[in-house]
This record gives sequence, C-alpha cells and structure tokens, in this order.
Amino acid sequence: MASTGSHETYYVPDQTKLPFFASIGLFLTVFGLGNVLNDIQASESTAVATWMSLFGFTLLSFILFQWFSTVIRENHAGLNSDQLKRSYVWGMAWFIFSEVMFFAAFFGALYYVRNFSVPWIGGLGDKGITGEILWPEFEAVWPVINNPDSQIFTSPHEALNVHEWSVSFFASFLPFWNTVILLTSSVTVHFAHTALKAGNRKGLISWLSLTVALGVLFLVLQAMEYIEAYDHYGLTLDSGIYGSTFFLLTGFHGFHVTLGTFMLVVMLTRALKGHFKPDDHFGFEAASWYWHFVDVVWVGLFIFVYLL
Amino acid sequence: MLPKAKLWLSLIGAATILFSTQIQAAWELNMPRGVTQISRDTYDLHMQILWWCVAIGVVVFGAMLWSIINHRKSKGAVAATFHESTKVEIIWTIIPFVILILMAIPATRVLTEAYDSSESEIDIQVTGYQWRWEYRYLRKDSDEEEVSFYSILSTPRDQINNQLPKDETYLLDVDNPLVIPINTKVRFLVTSNDVIHAWWVPDFAVKRDAIPGFINEIWTIVEEPGIYRGQCAELCGIEHGFMPVVVHAVEQEEYDAWYAAKQDEARVAREMANNVVTMSESLEAGEQVYNTTCIGCHQPNGTGLPPAFPALAGSSVVNGDLEANINLLINGVPGTAMAAFGRQLTPVQLAAVVTYIRNSFGNATGDLVQPAAVNTLIQAAQ
Amino acid sequence: MSASHDDHHHGPAKGLTRWLYTTNHKDIGSLYLWFSFAMFLLGGTFAMVIRAELFQPGLQLVEPNFFNQMTTMHGLVMVFGAVMPAFVGLANWLIPMMIGAPDMALPRMNNWSFWILPFAFAMLSSTLFMDAGAPNFGWTFYAPLSTTYAPSTVTFFIFAIHIMGASSIMGSINIIATVLNMRAPGMTLMKMPLFVWTWLITAYLLIAVMPVLAGVVTMMLFDIHFGTSFFNAAGGGDPVLFQHVFWFFGHPEVYIMILPAFGIVSAIIPTFARKRLFGYDSMVYATASIAFLSFIVWAHHMFTVGMPIAGELFFMYATMLIAVPTGVKVFNWVATMFRGSMTFETPMLFAIAFVVLFTMGGFTGLMLAITPADFQYHDTYFVVAHFHYVLVPGAIFSIMAATYYWLPKWTGHMYDERLGKLHFWLSFIGVNVLFFPQHFLGLAGMPRRIPDYALQFADFNWISSIGGFLFGASQLILLVVVIKCVKGGKKATPQVWEGAQGLEWTLDSPAPYHTFATPPDPKLIHAQ
Ligand code: HEA
Ligand code: HEA
Ligand code: HEC
Ligand code: CUA
Ligand SMILES: [Cu+2]
Repeated sequence: MASTGSHETYYVPDQTKLPFFASIGLFLTVFGLGNVLNDIQASESTAVATWMSLFGFTLLSFILFQWFSTVIRENHAGLNSDQLKRSYVWGMAWFIFSEVMFFAAFFGALYYVRNFSVPWIGGLGDKGITGEILWPEFEAVWPVINNPDSQIFTSPHEALNVHEWSVSFFASFLPFWNTVILLTSSVTVHFAHTALKAGNRKGLISWLSLTVALGVLFLVLQAMEYIEAYDHYGLTLDSGIYGSTFFLLTGFHGFHVTLGTFMLVVMLTRALKGHFKPDDHFGFEAASWYWHFVDVVWVGLFIFVYLL
Repeated sequence: MLPKAKLWLSLIGAATILFSTQIQAAWELNMPRGVTQISRDTYDLHMQILWWCVAIGVVVFGAMLWSIINHRKSKGAVAATFHESTKVEIIWTIIPFVILILMAIPATRVLTEAYDSSESEIDIQVTGYQWRWEYRYLRKDSDEEEVSFYSILSTPRDQINNQLPKDETYLLDVDNPLVIPINTKVRFLVTSNDVIHAWWVPDFAVKRDAIPGFINEIWTIVEEPGIYRGQCAELCGIEHGFMPVVVHAVEQEEYDAWYAAKQDEARVAREMANNVVTMSESLEAGEQVYNTTCIGCHQPNGTGLPPAFPALAGSSVVNGDLEANINLLINGVPGTAMAAFGRQLTPVQLAAVVTYIRNSFGNATGDLVQPAAVNTLIQAAQ
Repeated sequence: MSASHDDHHHGPAKGLTRWLYTTNHKDIGSLYLWFSFAMFLLGGTFAMVIRAELFQPGLQLVEPNFFNQMTTMHGLVMVFGAVMPAFVGLANWLIPMMIGAPDMALPRMNNWSFWILPFAFAMLSSTLFMDAGAPNFGWTFYAPLSTTYAPSTVTFFIFAIHIMGASSIMGSINIIATVLNMRAPGMTLMKMPLFVWTWLITAYLLIAVMPVLAGVVTMMLFDIHFGTSFFNAAGGGDPVLFQHVFWFFGHPEVYIMILPAFGIVSAIIPTFARKRLFGYDSMVYATASIAFLSFIVWAHHMFTVGMPIAGELFFMYATMLIAVPTGVKVFNWVATMFRGSMTFETPMLFAIAFVVLFTMGGFTGLMLAITPADFQYHDTYFVVAHFHYVLVPGAIFSIMAATYYWLPKWTGHMYDERLGKLHFWLSFIGVNVLFFPQHFLGLAGMPRRIPDYALQFADFNWISSIGGFLFGASQLILLVVVIKCVKGGKKATPQVWEGAQGLEWTLDSPAPYHTFATPPDPKLIHAQ
C-alpha cells in the first residue's frame, strides 16, 4: 500500500448509499416516536405512528449493521492504513467524551435541585422567602419524600437510599452489589483485552463471555430495583424531583449498559469468528472503552444518587 | 392565512398610511434617567460604559481608517514585513484589562445597592398570570381587610385591530394601576402563577423575572409623584405584548386614602356576593369581563383558535350543565392554558361572565347566574 | 496534481446520486453551503414577516400566536440552519485543502452528518402546517412555556434538536480527527492557518455542549410526556434549572457561531493587506481563551432571574473578561492592515465591515455584561441589536466574505466584482439601517418578542423595517453572483489573489475533485 516515501495512502471510500438511508431511518424513527407520544397524549390510536417508528428503527439498524460490516471488510482487505486507524481511535474517544457531557447535564440538574431549588422551596438559603410564602408546609430534605404539591406529584412513601454505614446494610444493598458487578466486569474486560493481545483466543472468549454475563446480571438487578421502587417505595417517574433525577440518571445509564453489553456481544461473536489479531482489534478496544466509561458513570451514580 | 400575499398588500397599504397620517412619536434615544436613586445610578453607569466604548472605538477604528486611507496599494504603499511584537501585545492586553476594572468597580457598587431589599415599609406580592398582573398588599396583621386586585390592559381591542385611532398611551394602560407612596421603601415579592413573566418599570430600573413557584425580591423608593409605565419583559405566550405595568406614585396622604378606599371596596365585594343581579346587568358586566380576560384566547366572537383554544360558541360545556360550566371556570383545566379563575375574578364577575357566555355568540341557554351560587361553588372547591 | 494510482481517484459520479451518496469533502461542503443558503432565505423570510408586522403599530398581518412562531422559527432556523451549517460547509471544503489532507478523516460519517440536517429541518418546518402550530416559545424555549404550556408540536421540535445535535457531534468529531490526524508532514499545529485552528477549537465547543442541549430537551420531553418535574416547583424542580442547562449550551453556542468567522477574517485581511497576519501565536491563544471563558459566563443571560448576588458578580466579571482576548484579535487585525498595501475587493470589504460592526456588537455585549445595566437592557431590543450586530454583520458577513474569497477556487471562475461590490454596499447600508435604530428602541424600553408596540416606538420601527427589506432583497444579488460564477466567467488562476498564502492556493482552480492523495511538498508550507 505504501506510496510516496514513508507516507501511506489514506483510504477514501467510494460513494455509498449507507448514510443517506441511515438518515431516512433516523428520521422515521424519531418522527414516528414523536407521533406516538402525541397520539398517546391526545388519546388517539398510535398504530400508524408505531409502525413508522419501528420501520425506521429497523432500517437504521440494518444500515448500521451493513456499515460496520463494510468497515470490518475493508480492514480485512488491508485498506486501512495506520493513519486511518488513528482516525477511528480519535472518533471513538471524542464520541465517549460527548456521552460524558450528556450525563453531565443530568448530574448538573441533580446538583442544582439538591443545593438550590429544594432548599429554597423549603425556606432555606438566599431565596428562602420562596418557601415561607409559597410553600409553608414543605420541608427541604433530600431525598424529597413529601413533594411541595403532592396533589400534582404523588410523593413516594420512602426513599431507596436510606443508608446506614454498616456491613449488614451493604450486604443487603442492591446498588452496592451492582457496583461490585460493574467494577468486576471492567476488570474482566481488561483481562479479555490482555488475553487478546497475548494471542490467547480462549482466554479472550471466556473473559469476554464473563463480562457479558456480568453486564446482563447488572441489568437484571437494575430491573429488579426498578420494580421494587415502583411497587414498594412508590418511587416513580412522576413522584417529583427525586424520582425524576433518580430514574433519568439510572435509566440513561442502564440504557448505555444495554448498548455496551450489545457491543460486547458483537465483539464476542466476532472473536468467535476469529476477527481479531493481537495487534489489530480496534473494534474490541472501542467496545471495552465504552464499557469502562459506563462503569465510571456508575461509580458517579452510586456516590451521588445512592450514597450522598 | 396567506402570509406572503397579505404581506405585500399591507406593505403597500402601510407605506401610504405612513406618509399620510400622523404617527407622532418622541425620538427617544436613550435610557430614561428615572425617578429613583438606583435608576439614576444605572443611567450613569450606562453612560460611563458607553463613553468608554466610544473612546476605544474611536482609537481602534481611527487607526484602521488611517491605514485604509494611507496604506492602500493604489497610493503606492508597499507592505511592511513586521508581524509580531510581544511588547505591543502585552500593552493591548493590559490596557483593556485596566479599563474593565474601572468599569467593574461602579458596577459592583450599584449592584450591591440594588440587592439590598431589607427594611421595607410596604410589601407587595406581584403575581404574573397569562396575561395580567395581580397585586396583593401584604397585611401587617391578619384581621386587616386585604387589598388585592388584578391589573389588565385597558387599551380597547379595536385600537389594536386598527379600527379606532390609537391613544397616546396605546398598549400602556391598565384598568387598575398599582399605587404606591413616594419616598417609601416598597418591596415587591415577584412570582407567577403559570409561565415566566418579568415585571419591569424602566423609570425605577426595576426588572425582575416572575418565576412560577419561586419568589424574587426587588424594591424601590420613588422620589417623584407620577404615572410610570412598563411592560412584561419575558415571553409568556400569545398576549405577552399586551400585559403592561402601570404604577401611580402618589403622596403619602393620597396613598392612605386610596388604600382605605380599596379596603372598603374589598369589604363591599365580599358583601356583594350576596346581592341578586338582573339579566341585563349581568350581560353588560359579563361582556366587560369577557373582553378584558377571556378574549385573548377565546376570541371576540367566541370562536376561539382551535385546536389550542376551543370555541365557546356552540361549546358543549357552555351549552351544557351549568354547574359544570361554573366549576370549569373556577378550577380551570389543569395542564392547559385555561387558568383557574376562581381566585382571579370575584364571584360577581364570575357569575356575570358565565351568564354572558351562555347567552352570547349564538349560545342561548337563558341561564342567569347569581353571585351567591358561584360563591357556594367556590367554597365547595376549597 | 497527484499520480493516480488508486482506483477511487476518479471524478464525481453523475446525476443526483453524486449528491446523495457522496463521500467527497468538496461535494459535502457544497451541500452544506447550499443547504445553509436555503435556510438563510427561509429564516430571512420569517424575519421579513416579523419586520412587516412591526412596520407599524397595531396588528396588521399576523396573529400574535403566529408572530411568536415566526420569531421562534426565525431564531432556530438562522442559528442551527444557516450559520452553523455554513461554517461546517466551509470547514469541509477548506480544512483538507489547508492542511494537505486527501479528504476528511471519516468520509462516510461526513455524509451522514449532512444528510441528517434536511430531515431535521423538514421535521421542524412541518410543524408550521400542523394544527397546533409551530413552536412559539422563542428560540431559547424557556420552561414552562415550552413544556406545560407548549403546543403539542414541541415533541417534534425536541426530536429535531436531538438529531441536529447528533449531526453536529458527528461533524465535530470528524473535524477533530481530521485536524489532529490528517495534517501533511511539516504542517505542525502552529503552522496551521487560523481558520483550521478556530475550527478545531469550535469543534471542541460543539462536542462539549451539544450533548448538554440534548440533555435539556430530554428533560423537557420527560416533563411533557412522562410526568417528571425537572422544571416544576410543585415537584421540587425549578424553571430556572432549565435556563442554567440551556445557557450552559447556549453561550458557547454563540461563540461557535463566531470563532470560525475569526478564522476567515484572519485569512482574508493578510491577503488583501499583502502582509503577514500580525501576532499569529496570540491569535491562537486568544481563541483558546475565549473558548475557555465561554464555559463560565452562561448566567449573563439570566441576570434578572434573581440569582444570589455572588452569582451575579461572578458571571459579570467572567463575562467582562472576554473583552480582553477578543480585543487582542481586533487589535491584531488592525495591526495587520497597518502599513500594509491594501486593495479592496469584495471579500476585503466584507472583512473590514466585519471588524468594525462586530466590534460594535462586542461593545454592546460588554454593556450587557454589566449586571445592573442589564436589568434595564434585558429582553429589550437593545439585546436584539447586540446579537444581530455580532451575528449578521458578524457571522453572516464573514460567511459572505469567505464565499467571495474562495469562490474562484471552488468554481474556477472569477465572480462578477461589480455585482459583488453592489451586494456589499447595499448589505452594509441595509444592515445598519435595520439594526442600528434597534439600540434606541431597546433603550427607550421596547421589549423583544412582541407583535405590537406603544406609539413612541413607531418611527424607529419603520426605519428598521425599511432597512430590513433593503438588506433582505440585497441578498438575492449574492445568489445571482454565485450562480453566474458557477456557470462561467473569467478563468481563475491557481493563486487567484496576489497576496494569498496557504496550501489551497497551490492547487488548480477549480480545485481537482481529489487533492493531496499524496501529501504536498513540505516546502510549500509557510510559517504563518
Ligand atoms: C456571534 C454571537 C455572539 C457573540 C460573539 C457575542 C459576544 C458577546 N456577548 Fe452576546 N449574545 C448573543 C450572541 C453573541 N454575543 C446572542 C444571540 C444573545 C441573545 C440570546 C437570546 O437571548 O436570544 C446574546 C446576549 C448577550 C447577553 C445577554 C443579554 C440579555 O439577555 O440581557 C450578554 C450579557 O452579558 C452578552 C454579552 C456578550 C459579550 C460580553 C460578548 C463578548 O464576546 C464581546 C467581546 C468583544 C468586544 C468587547 C469588542 C472588541 C474588543 C475590544 C476592541 C477590546 C477593548 C474593549 C473593551 C475593554 C471594552 N450577550
Ligand atoms: C444568525 C442568526 C440571525 C440572522 C442572520 C438574523 C437575521 C435577521 N433578523 Fe434575527 N434573530 C436571530 C438570529 C438571526 N437573525 C435570533 C437568534 C433571534 C431571537 C429569536 C427569539 O427571540 O427567540 C432573532 C430575532 C429577530 C428579531 C426580534 C423578533 C422579536 O423579538 O420578536 C427581529 C426583528 O426585527 C429580527 C430581524 C432580523 C432580520 C430583518 C434579519 C435579516 O438579516 C434577514 C435577511 C435575510 C433575508 C431577508 C433572506 C434573503 C432574501 C430573500 C428571501 C428574498 C426575499 C426578500 C424580501 C421579501 C425583502 N430577528
Ligand atoms: C390563556 C388562555 C385562556 C384564557 C385567558 C381563557 N381561557 Fe377558557 N380555555 C382555554 C383553553 C386552552 C381551554 C381548553 C381546555 C381543554 O383542553 O379542555 C379553555 C376552555 C374553556 C371552556 C370550555 C370550552 C369547551 O368547549 O371545552 C370554557 C367555557 C372557557 N374556557 C371559558 C373561559 C372564560 C369565560 C374565560 C375568561 C374568564 C376564559 N375561558 C379565559 C384557554 C383560555
Ligand atoms: Cu407576561 Cu410576558
Ligand atoms: Cu452569552
């Protein structure tokens, strides 16, 4: 491949149908979804909109599958220079950074309500007069159990994260075990990577399978916790700011874990097919970075949502 | 609506009107100096920064213009080759920095002053509604009669729709202005009932957002009697352009008299709720309430603006069960723009407007609602 | 240019599919630019409705609700549809040619970034035809007007923002990867043209704040459809929380719309002054400082929401500081012109107008930053005047300057200089007649976002409207110039402008479909 001097040729792909149809798929997905939501609000039938959205999503998924297959094919065909591979590395790194900023918005919201709006409504701090005049009944505690207006937002009856620092508490504390699981899975995915670099395919496959299993276990536990929250604690999406922040933060995290697990499953199938080489396996690395990122976010969640 | 075609037509129309009629306007160029210490300080601050900027502008644009005139190729200028100088770069980093500090000092002073709302003599809770202001004078002790009223645009719709010539105070007049005494520290507790509004009187240099569920404090001491006008300064929906603020600043005695009269009025209104009204009285009073309060959404002939704002003409609610109709007005429709009018309007007004809508726009139920009946429903709702 | 040893080094495909399926940075750049121009006309048409309604006091043309829809859509379409895509288009065309790269780093994703946009704007604009009407809550969509009290079409608005955001994030990832990874040997960071530098920094801004915008519209979506209470005090939330998150995005966003403009002007002024850019290094540091500061000034849009005084002071001081690095840039441009050998072709005229009028907008920005004074200015036409001065004769003029400057490189023909100058002068006069009186309106107390106003505002409003129509109509000249130039005209040389420096000028005009498949001779790379 090398052409003039030390410089390799950068592979510029030919024109391709993929992105254009991906745009159509994306458009139908969100336009359909928007219609579904509005139809629900207007109590109308959601059938057409649902189909539109599902069709769009299927199209999008199909295209993305094709897209990644193409990239893998090109790599196997030896079209990708080192420089091109670096482009993928930068791409993934900054994509993960953008995801970090997405979570930052929700962590910022949590910070704000805990340190500003809830105290103010509760009559404390610089704008405490708000509570004195408008919400005389409301008391500022976090987590908020009694909402300022419990007619509009039904309050939960109990908080999930009443914590007492004791061994028995942690032993029965589901999020704690979830933390252990995710941290472990970060280690196992790292072992899988080490095995891959050492050319140990069996090690790769078993460590990766273990990671996927841990990811799934995490999701199962998380689902159990949601059921618990809804059934036993009355903590729901519409139970005020505590439920809002809790479910959006953990929910988007769970969504990212799902995506990460899916990526790892794809990598597992690729590993089974023998796609990776000890010195050429960026797909795997990207998925494992993503996995570490979800892990770090969880640690933040565990500290700020559950413990503090 | 065909915006494009209408647009051209009225452009031509507008141009003719423009040059034929008298749109007389003062060529107001600058911020008002106002009638409070803060407003004067703000004005001085504004002028000070403005002159700094002008001065910097003269230097920068002057240098540029000079180069443009003298260093042009057509005059045979040959380009120099210099392209950096740490010394000048440092100079033109430091000088602006120093200027900024000179600006920041008075700014900090005025801000600290404006933020000191302690030791007020009168407290008024100002609540924004779509699209009116409510003023509630906080009582010093709880068995005083409470003074609280709404303040709504009083410019006739016909002026807005260009069917009548416009008054001098076009869009800046209300039915019930806020009244405050001069030389007295008045504190405003600003909040909102629905979306964000902002309460603004330029002559006081007072502007504060009205945030639903929260209270913002702001204060003023007006030094000259007069009528001061302002407007809502935060986009709050359709009629955002039509919710002015009018404040009468008066001498203390006049204020006391006005306040006492307001208290009497409140007492009378409470008692009036037991009076019996006639149909023609009701229709007349109801029309007035409708035109000031409901018309923005439900439109002049009760046609509404479907689907956002339902028509009242032919509406099943208006032509259906009377009690349900009254209750809808008292409680509003949560989650929609239809507000709960139970607290905003008096029982007399509520009764009148229900009578009016049930007997207008082609609706002909013949119902005559008595204030007492409304009052009962209001008590029941609480 | 380069020996053709690779099978994909053929020219463009024929027909429509060339544009739908292309992976070529020049094609994608053209698509972005045409799209942006279309959106400029659309957003401009909305502005014309606004100006026509405000021509006179009273309600003449449109209902207040429709007026609010126009204001909202005008702001959204101009910001997200006209200015941002124009800069991305310029980046696509120019960055690879400026750094000696064969294309953008991720060409397929590049195509995707573009093609999401027409769909996003189709979805957004389609709300105009829906029963509930288009979004009517301002481009800043403050809750709860945009949540509890919004028309149902807000859902489509939210999703449009989501996918536009995805497009921007992909676009900026692509630019970062290109600039960091694709530079030709010898093209060190401190030799990159300033346009590349400003875009690199802009891409970082985008990647940091677009996800936050996605976050805030997601919170809205949940408040509207799933019962959460982020922006509702009844459930412990706060409408002001919306504003904090929005402006954390919103303020860097306004610099996203100006930093690439700085890059463009820094390319054009040295060319026509025939003198190297003064203070290249400090220009780079100033750009980085502006970007850094842009993250800690957001609440200057919220001085009247009643923040505690410590917050007001912090945000005032931080905002004022931005004047320092921006001043460095302005002074550097002036110093570049100083003792140059200047000529005044159309790009230079736009660039000079940019420096003057942007600085005026910057001055009013500084006035707005003074908290107590902002209590008087906030939400009046003074603010409208400020941001149009930085956006129209700022961002838009820089885009026009860039168009005239690089048009010969893109098309291979010289544009019609007489028409170009006419376009400039009409625009220059128009824009000032349009926006200068708005300062007076704001100071005299006219609030923004109102369809009708008190009588003392009548005179300046009609002057402003006349200026608006003049400015709007003049933009059609640009369209004519561009079309004429694409169709034919005097053949352009590779160098095009006597004083031009940089790799793109070493290429033929029009630039070949594929360039720099092999990196350029390092000797061609000059110190900046
Ligand atoms: C391209 C877009 C752009 C740019 C570059 C800027 C630049 C600046 N803006 Fe502006 N701004 C907007 C777009 C932009 N703005 C928009 C769209 C809004 C309204 C949003 C909405 O509400 O809809 C807004 C609103 C806005 C506000 C809120 C007003 C309000 O709503 O009450 C404020 C307040 O601080 C502000 C300040 C500034 C400042 C200090 C700068 C500075 O960066 C300017 C710095 C430049 C200079 C100062 C000139 C050059 C310097 C010198 C010659 C050096 C010497 C000078 C001195 C020492 C003074 N802007
Ligand atoms: C880059 C961004 C950008 C640009 C380029 C412009 C360009 C223009 N803008 Fe503005 N504007 C904003 C960003 C921008 N704007 C924003 C963010 C807001 C705030 C929105 C909000 O409050 O939510 C705003 C708000 C705003 C207002 C205040 C509205 C209100 O508060 O109610 C006004 C009023 O005059 C206005 C006018 C104009 C005009 C006349 C132009 C002109 O420069 C436009 C000129 C262009 C054309 C006209 C198109 C080209 C020509 C044709 C299509 C041919 C046909 C021509 C004729 C019929 C004459 N804009
Ligand atoms: C801010 C806008 C607004 C104002 C002002 C307003 N309304 Fe409404 N009104 C609405 C909306 C929106 C609805 C529809 C609520 C729903 O979705 O059921 C409504 C519904 C109604 C209905 C029920 C109509 C039907 O067929 O469902 C009646 C009756 C009514 N309003 C009367 C009034 C009266 C009387 C006033 C003035 C005192 C008034 N409204 C002021 C917005 C408004
Ligand atoms: Cu109330 Cu604007
Ligand atoms: Cu800003």
